Amino acid sequence: MSQMFKWNTDEFSWVDFTIDVLRILIVLAIVVGSWNTLSEGRISFAQWVNLFIAGLSQGSIYALIALGYTLVYGILLMINFAHGEVFMAGAFSTVFLAEALNRTGFLNQQPVLAILLMILFAGLVSMTVAILLERIAYRPLRGSPRLVPLITAIGASFFLQYTFRGLYGSGFKAYPQVKILQGSLQVGSINIPTVQIFVFVSALVLMFGLYWLVERSRIGKAMRAVSENKEVARLMGIDIDWVILFTFGVGGFLAGSAGVINGMFRPQGVNFFMGFIPGIKAFTAAVLGGIGNIPGAMLGGLFLGVIEAIGPNLVLAGLGIPGANQLKDVIAFTMLVLVLIFRPQGILGERLSEKKA
Amino acid sequence: MDISQSGTRQTIITLGLLSGALILFTGAVGMIAAFHEREVVNDFITLGQLVLLITPVIFGYTAANRLGMTGEAPMVVLGGGVIIGLLTTLPTTIMLLFNSDEFRFLLDWSLRLAPFVVATAIAWRMRRQRAETLTVVGSWLLVTALLGIVTFSLALIFEVKGDLRSVLVNINRDWVDVVTFDNRRELLQGILIFSLASVLAGFLGSLCYYLPRTPRRALFYGLSVTLLVGAFGETVRLVLQENLERDTLNQLFRRDTLRQNAALGLLIVSTVVGYLWAAFGDRARHGFQNLGGQERRTTQMIGTALFVALLLMLPWLIGRTLSDVAVTIGLFVLMGLGLNIAIGLAGLLDLGYVTNYAVGAYILAVMTSIGPLGLMKGSFSFWMVIPIALLAAMFAGFIFAVPVLRMRGDYLAIATLGFGEIIGKLAISDWLKPLIGGAQGVQAIPKPIFLGTELKNPEQLYYIVLVACLVTLFVSIRLNNSRTGRQWMAIREDEDVATAMGIDTARAKLLAFTLSAATGGVAGAIFAAKVGSVFPNSFTVFISINVLSLIIVGGIASNPGIVVGAVVLIGLPELLREFSDFRFLLYGALLIMMMINRPQGLIPTKIVSHEIRAGVKAKAAAGD
Repeated sequence: MSQMFKWNTDEFSWVDFTIDVLRILIVLAIVVGSWNTLSEGRISFAQWVNLFIAGLSQGSIYALIALGYTLVYGILLMINFAHGEVFMAGAFSTVFLAEALNRTGFLNQQPVLAILLMILFAGLVSMTVAILLERIAYRPLRGSPRLVPLITAIGASFFLQYTFRGLYGSGFKAYPQVKILQGSLQVGSINIPTVQIFVFVSALVLMFGLYWLVERSRIGKAMRAVSENKEVARLMGIDIDWVILFTFGVGGFLAGSAGVINGMFRPQGVNFFMGFIPGIKAFTAAVLGGIGNIPGAMLGGLFLGVIEAIGPNLVLAGLGIPGANQLKDVIAFTMLVLVLIFRPQGILGERLSEKKA
Repeated sequence: MDISQSGTRQTIITLGLLSGALILFTGAVGMIAAFHEREVVNDFITLGQLVLLITPVIFGYTAANRLGMTGEAPMVVLGGGVIIGLLTTLPTTIMLLFNSDEFRFLLDWSLRLAPFVVATAIAWRMRRQRAETLTVVGSWLLVTALLGIVTFSLALIFEVKGDLRSVLVNINRDWVDVVTFDNRRELLQGILIFSLASVLAGFLGSLCYYLPRTPRRALFYGLSVTLLVGAFGETVRLVLQENLERDTLNQLFRRDTLRQNAALGLLIVSTVVGYLWAAFGDRARHGFQNLGGQERRTTQMIGTALFVALLLMLPWLIGRTLSDVAVTIGLFVLMGLGLNIAIGLAGLLDLGYVTNYAVGAYILAVMTSIGPLGLMKGSFSFWMVIPIALLAAMFAGFIFAVPVLRMRGDYLAIATLGFGEIIGKLAISDWLKPLIGGAQGVQAIPKPIFLGTELKNPEQLYYIVLVACLVTLFVSIRLNNSRTGRQWMAIREDEDVATAMGIDTARAKLLAFTLSAATGGVAGAIFAAKVGSVFPNSFTVFISINVLSLIIVGGIASNPGIVVGAVVLIGLPELLREFSDFRFLLYGALLIMMMINRPQGLIPTKIVSHEIRAGVKAKAAAGD
């Protein structure tokens, strides 16, 4: 990607030219749209802050899923396309636990314990799915050409979706409401829903836990060693297979817990297809932060969440597009494409060589 | 050698449990109960029962093959078959007991004990590998705690919900009926029957190993033909309906299923034919290869002519319902050939192929519709719009290709997937609603008119699709053999080297994307005309995945492979309704299995299969 900025080379390339035109058009659209919206002043400051905070909460869920992509990519240089389905597996399975806890009344008597149990359960379910996926589908393919694992991952993604559809049925299931998460917190003129604080804080705790695991623990050291150089790590006596399995497991655990947090945040329903779109978005977040980079994935997730919340109202509404909030996903996927075009190494990522990118 | 030999034991147990897991899985996702709806032979066996029984046969045979290869005694091999049959029933039996009211306590107790048992087993194993005591105790505690959380949660769920089937929707009465062979009331008796049948099947499977090669193959052909004809009874009947008397048909079929004596007759005939083929087929093939160049060419010409004649006659032979299926298959062949230009020839994994399909369909819809959204109010005909749809799709392909020219491999795949999703969301949005109707779509698309006749039947539309496919096939073969085709091949192999060789990679890639988009547009346009309306829900990522799967399964860059892939992946679910619910489950499983065991596809081209063999080794050596 060294030709990213071709301004200083003599050779004229019309691909670069088109991409530059695209860049200018996008900047123009953003500036004009934002200018229009802000000058009309339809949305108050407090509303912007609310959107921002809602975006942060949604983004922290993306960040948790994105960590799974980044961890696996860091070690295997492979996009685990089925990671969105790992997220779905935990979220979908735990709905039943949440219903059971709700019916016994435990969910509202001891909400902290109940949610902790749900997070652990979902995490373990997703972890199992991720580990099985690695063991059965990906391990036999190590060292094959790069598109082979990707196609396998696409297959695994659909296989998992329809397996869970077969197991739990195709309908939507809703997470029960937790009473203490219903209120909101008043800060000055701004009203923050409690559930958003819960989402943000629990995601932060999990991310901090992961950071500790990778940076401070023995197995984390092994993970970093394997991602640096597999062969040398093997020579140092590290069991590569076990480290890779562990990485998939950790990524799966985070995705599963994200599933429960997501269920609290958006209780309208889970079904077998729920993981697909968040999966692509989380991948976007991972790329945004620099794939393979752990703090990057966290930042990328938060960034994407905020852009998704603010973008439609700021830019699209300003450009006079009706139903701008329907186009939330379009913003996210456009971000994906734009990042891949303009900054494939992400916000924090170091420049990857051509082969890696 | 005896059965307690560890290698032998391991083979048998692994295969047996694998087979058992497969049976339980197919049951739990509802496949067995759904397949039970379809009878293969009237009042004799259903497709669901067939799945139950054929699995131990296959695994028994596989095990016998492996054990026989290592020189085990016949007693061990046959005993292995019996054990595999028994193990096959084990997981399902456990699930049946858990699900029943009388033995519900087994579920409760296993959930209570499982954490301790598993943790102890793991600790025991670690101990034997001489791990330190502290580590062993620590692992025991950790595993017990984690598994305890899971089993406690599961126990809670089942306690509150009351039974298994309120969570696992397909562990229901229908399933119990199938696996116990209609002995839901007498559960133990049902389990006994199931086990006996399975043991017998496993035994027969391993017995097959001792049949001489020719009769074994003959039996295999005979059984496959009979079972396929039985499973596709409805289709076969529809085909025969066009060509047979009603009375003869009724003697062969009872409604849509094969009668028993007809099945027996078919089995005998196909086994005999299979025997002849197994015995003399090789000789015929040798004879063909030994023919002189002239004669060989003549034979091939006759073969091609027959095949073309068959393609032309097809709608008359198979009737309306099946022609409709043929049109759908044809559309996917068209898209497969198009996408193959990007994936197979140039090695660009494009997951947003649905974009072109949608563009073609919407262009045709908006240009020809006589409804409120029609731009031309019917003054444009199908034939005038087809080239426009083609150009529009090419233009869309071009526009979407420019930004991704610098991307490679997996990034390219994800970016194109993103494009597909963007198009889907835009099609359903309020923003474009005045133009393309939002969620309501565009209606009232007239059928194409050819020489004064309205082509409204699938039999007639079939010819449009056929011509489009043949043209695409011709273009794609010519392209593959052209200078551009060789440039694509170079890019597919190594883009850096291709650039170094002076290939304008940007131009070649753009060309690949644009040309590949063209057929997608045509397919979309024909689809819109066929259905008569266009809805955004028809243009999801599933279309792209469908096309991708058929290319991968058939064989990358292989034109016959694409046709076979489309017939198998698109045709089968259309013909077997029971299949269509599990379509993507099976696609997913197929993609994984193909990538692991046969990445070159069912009908690979020579180059690709050579590359796969040579390439994997080279890449592995290079540590890529």
